[in-house]
Amino acid sequence: MTVLQAAVLILVVVAGTAIVLVPDPLRQTLVLAIFGFALALLFFVFQAPDVALSEIVVSAVGLPVIILAALRKISEQTARRESDEEGSE
Amino acid sequence: MSRRVRLALFACAGPGLLAVLLLGLHGLPAFGDFHGVYGLLVDRIEPHVRHATDIVTGLNFDLRAFDTLGEEFILFASVSGVALLLRHLRDEDDEIERSRSLAEHRFAGASDSLRLMSLILIPLLVSLGVYLVLHGALTPGGGFQAGVVLAAGPLAILLAGRYLALKRVAPEWALEAVDSAGAAAYTLIGLGGLIFAGVYLKNFLPLGTSGHLLSAGMMPLNSIAVGLEVTGAFLLTWTEFLDQDVIVAREEL
Repeated sequence: MTVLQAAVLILVVVAGTAIVLVPDPLRQTLVLAIFGFALALLFFVFQAPDVALSEIVVSAVGLPVIILAALRKISEQTARRESDEEGSE
Repeated sequence: MSRRVRLALFACAGPGLLAVLLLGLHGLPAFGDFHGVYGLLVDRIEPHVRHATDIVTGLNFDLRAFDTLGEEFILFASVSGVALLLRHLRDEDDEIERSRSLAEHRFAGASDSLRLMSLILIPLLVSLGVYLVLHGALTPGGGFQAGVVLAAGPLAILLAGRYLALKRVAPEWALEAVDSAGAAAYTLIGLGGLIFAGVYLKNFLPLGTSGHLLSAGMMPLNSIAVGLEVTGAFLLTWTEFLDQDVIVAREEL
C-alpha cells in the first residue's frame, strides 16, 4: 500500500465519520458530497477510474440535488405548519 | 426501552460483533493479493479479441451486456415511477402556476459570480459528457457516467437561478423521449445481434483498429444508447423533484 492510498483511506474514514456526527441535514448533505468526492479519490488511487467517475457523478452531483430539493420541501412544510398553529391559537 | 437497558444490550452485542469482525478480518487475503482467473481472462479478451481498450466498458457492453440491459430497465422503471408519482400533484397546480409570473421563481436570486460560473460550467460539462460517451470503449467512462455528466450540464442553468429556462431547454416531453429512445436503442442493438449474429446482444459490427474512435464493434453504439437514457433519466428525476419544490411551493406560500 502506498502512502497516497493510506492517506485517502484515512480521508474516507474521517469524511464518513463526519457525516454521522453532523446533526443538521442540510450540512450533512454537503458533507455527503465531500464524502463522495473522497470515495472517488479512493477508487482513483486504487486504479479504478471508471468507478471513480460513477461515484463522483452520482454522489457529488446526482444525490445531493434530490436530497436538497426534498429538504427544502420538508422545511417549508414544517414552517407552514408552525405558522398555522400560531394562527389558530 | 430505557437508556440503561439499551446500553446493557450494546455491552453484550458490541464485543460479540467485534469478535466476529476480527475473526472475519483475520481470514482475509493480504492487501493487493489477486488471484482472479476471470479478471485475467477479461484482461486478455477485451483488448485483443474485442479491440476495446477500456476493460470496464468491455465488460458492461460486451461480456455482460445482458446485465446492462437489466440495469437499463431498472433505471427506466424507477424513473417512470418517480415521474408517475409526482406528475399528478403538479398538474393539479398547473392553473395556479400559470396565473403567476413565470419570469420569477424561488431560485431567482443567484449572484453574478454564480451566474458566470454556471455559464462556464455548462459548455465544459456538456463537452466532457460528449467526450466520455464517444470514448466509452477507449478510456474510462462510457454511457452511464457520461449520461450523468451530460445531465449535469443543463442542471447548471438551475445554479444560475434560471430554473424556468432549464425547463425550456429541456422540456419534459423531450427528456421522456430521450430516456425512452436510449432504452429502446439498446434493446434494438441487442436485437441486431440476434438477427445478424444469431445471439441476442452479440457483436455484429466490424471491430476496427484498437484505439480508434470507431472500434470495438457495437460498444460505441451501446455507449451512446446508455448515455442518452441516463441523461434523460437523471434530468427527468431532477426536474420532477425540483418542480415539486420550485413551482408547486409557490402556491403554498
